[in-house]
Amino acid sequence: MDEENKDINSQKGKIGRREVIKSLAAIPVLGAFAYGWFKKRKYDTFLKNSILDEINLDAVNPVFQRKVSNNKQIRLGIIGTGSRGRQLLKGAGFLRPEVIDDWKEGASNSDTDHRYRDYLEQEDLNVVVTGLCDIYEGNAKMGLSACANDFREGSDGKMGSKPKRYKTYKDLLAADDIDAVIIATPDHWHGTISIAAARAGKHIYSEKPMTWTVAETYEVVKAVKENNVTFQLGHQNRELESYYKAREAISKNVIGKVNLIEITTNRNSPSGAWVYDIPEDACPENIDWYQFIGPAPWHDFNLKRFFRWRCWWDYSTGLSGDLFTHDYDAMNQIFDLGIPHSAVASGGVYYYKDGRTVPDVLQMAYEYPERDLTLLYSASLASNKRRGRTIMGHDGYIEVGSNLMIYADSGSTKYKEKIQDGIIDPSVPIFSYTPGMKKVDAITSPTEQYFAGRGLLYTYRGGKRVDTTHLHIKDWLDAIRSGTQPSCNIDRGFEEAMTAHMGTIAYRENRKVFWDSDKQLII
Amino acid sequence: MKQKYIDYSNVQLFWLVALRVLIGWHFLYEGLTKLINPNWSSVGYLLDSEGFLKEFYISLASNPTTLSVIDFLNIWGLILIGLGLILGLLTRISTIAGVLLLALYYFSHPPCVGFKYALPMEGSYLIVNKILIEMIALALLFVFPTGKRIGIDRLICRKNRKE
Repeated sequence: MDEENKDINSQKGKIGRREVIKSLAAIPVLGAFAYGWFKKRKYDTFLKNSILDEINLDAVNPVFQRKVSNNKQIRLGIIGTGSRGRQLLKGAGFLRPEVIDDWKEGASNSDTDHRYRDYLEQEDLNVVVTGLCDIYEGNAKMGLSACANDFREGSDGKMGSKPKRYKTYKDLLAADDIDAVIIATPDHWHGTISIAAARAGKHIYSEKPMTWTVAETYEVVKAVKENNVTFQLGHQNRELESYYKAREAISKNVIGKVNLIEITTNRNSPSGAWVYDIPEDACPENIDWYQFIGPAPWHDFNLKRFFRWRCWWDYSTGLSGDLFTHDYDAMNQIFDLGIPHSAVASGGVYYYKDGRTVPDVLQMAYEYPERDLTLLYSASLASNKRRGRTIMGHDGYIEVGSNLMIYADSGSTKYKEKIQDGIIDPSVPIFSYTPGMKKVDAITSPTEQYFAGRGLLYTYRGGKRVDTTHLHIKDWLDAIRSGTQPSCNIDRGFEEAMTAHMGTIAYRENRKVFWDSDKQLII
Repeated sequence: MKQKYIDYSNVQLFWLVALRVLIGWHFLYEGLTKLINPNWSSVGYLLDSEGFLKEFYISLASNPTTLSVIDFLNIWGLILIGLGLILGLLTRISTIAGVLLLALYYFSHPPCVGFKYALPMEGSYLIVNKILIEMIALALLFVFPTGKRIGIDRLICRKNRKE
């Protein structure tokens, strides 16, 4: 006999009061549950609305992509197809077939390898690469094979025609079948090539920093404006939604008066410190060394200087040009900071004693007396301690990266009552924003925060991983097609270049440097 | 499964039913909070998996269609199991389903030596954690059933008998 049916059988045939009570005995528990649920929901909604009312941020995703028809094909030239140049080509929709082979194999070995799928989903920008210039054979070959891969195929697939290869950037800029150029050379060539490109009437996407010297900065602005070309500087952070949200939070005074912004770089690997691999085949026969030197002081052929050029002031702008500029531009995007009043700097070559001249530890402090705030940059290339980007105000602070978190400050005047009433907890974000999530939320669970901070939600939920470089190139092409300004235009570039130069001069000359805004000069 | 009839004293029955109802409450609340949170997804938990089933869990998370099915099943599984345990409705099925669901959670994040998780734990565990204990408690309730004594199953069972 079934174990429990005995109990039932014994009372077969009659449903007494006692029977009903035993059957439904647990239902009051559901009532208690419903009551508890109601109370908890009411409390949560109260907390959330209290905070949202207080910080006055509407909980919707920012929309910033403009809608532009891409019917007109744009013909690109690319100058410099090293690793960054090839990443830009990928953003434009051109990837070497060998890389696609690798990604396809990766996808067949692991369900989580989505690189190939994501790349196929990347929007077609209706561009073609008609000209290419690189002064090292190895990079030129890789660039040519990427540019010919019109159909995003592996090495067994159909290829389009290769672009024409030019021996010098001047020859490339003289070509009639090129509308716009991507410049991904070492820093010491950015300004010179940008000026020549603008004069040749080509639209420009230049890698950061905009210039290598102060003097050429004015010339780039002049050439771009006089020739009416569309200039985009390669700060792809402009496409990150979290920065738009941070800008909104600042404009709505959520964290009160901001007095200190801290931006940082931490890396701890040879490639992070610009000690890149040197290809085995590289030699004077396949490198155009004279063209490499260009505006730089003469030096005899040297493979380290060619492939690890970021380590020498002769070709590089060091930490300030390579890495500070990204963070500066992010803050310029959020605050419209412009060029600071003054700069001081300190640091040194403290870890990588490999003959480099640029520092591997650097601090730069920029003053904005009219805004009553300091922008502080601190970098180490020999420590991975993550410090992030923090915007500090009297009533709260913002931590911003690909995610955004806003905390109330325990000493805040604005939030004093709510902190005392227990509505706001200074140790928990009052507002958080994770790109790719369905909506912005006032409070999220600790678990969600934890995963969001690691980018897991961003990567896998609700669709595609977004390549910001692709979006930034699209922004540039949209601006060309619609005759509007791209997100990091020539004026933002001027501010970026001058600010970085001020820090570099302060470090190299060991003095406080000022910006004369009337004369537009660094003094 | 046929089992020998077990006589419970009132005290024994009380504590067994209390255990069943409280576990049900926990399931129901977990399910409902996930249901009303538009941002909730199992993706983070799945991707954070360790142990011999790690690849399996990660493959579930990496396909958006599978993931939405998993999320749906998880939310409604929790809610229905919770209601079943509280009300004593389809108690045996609810109990087995609860054990299976908890086993899936446990093997996703087994607290074993050498495994590290992004998700912080609220206590200190080695091999045994609260998920495992809740699972064993449900298994216990399967062999000491109470649904047909205190629960809607009592009525259902009676009706079936009459037919």
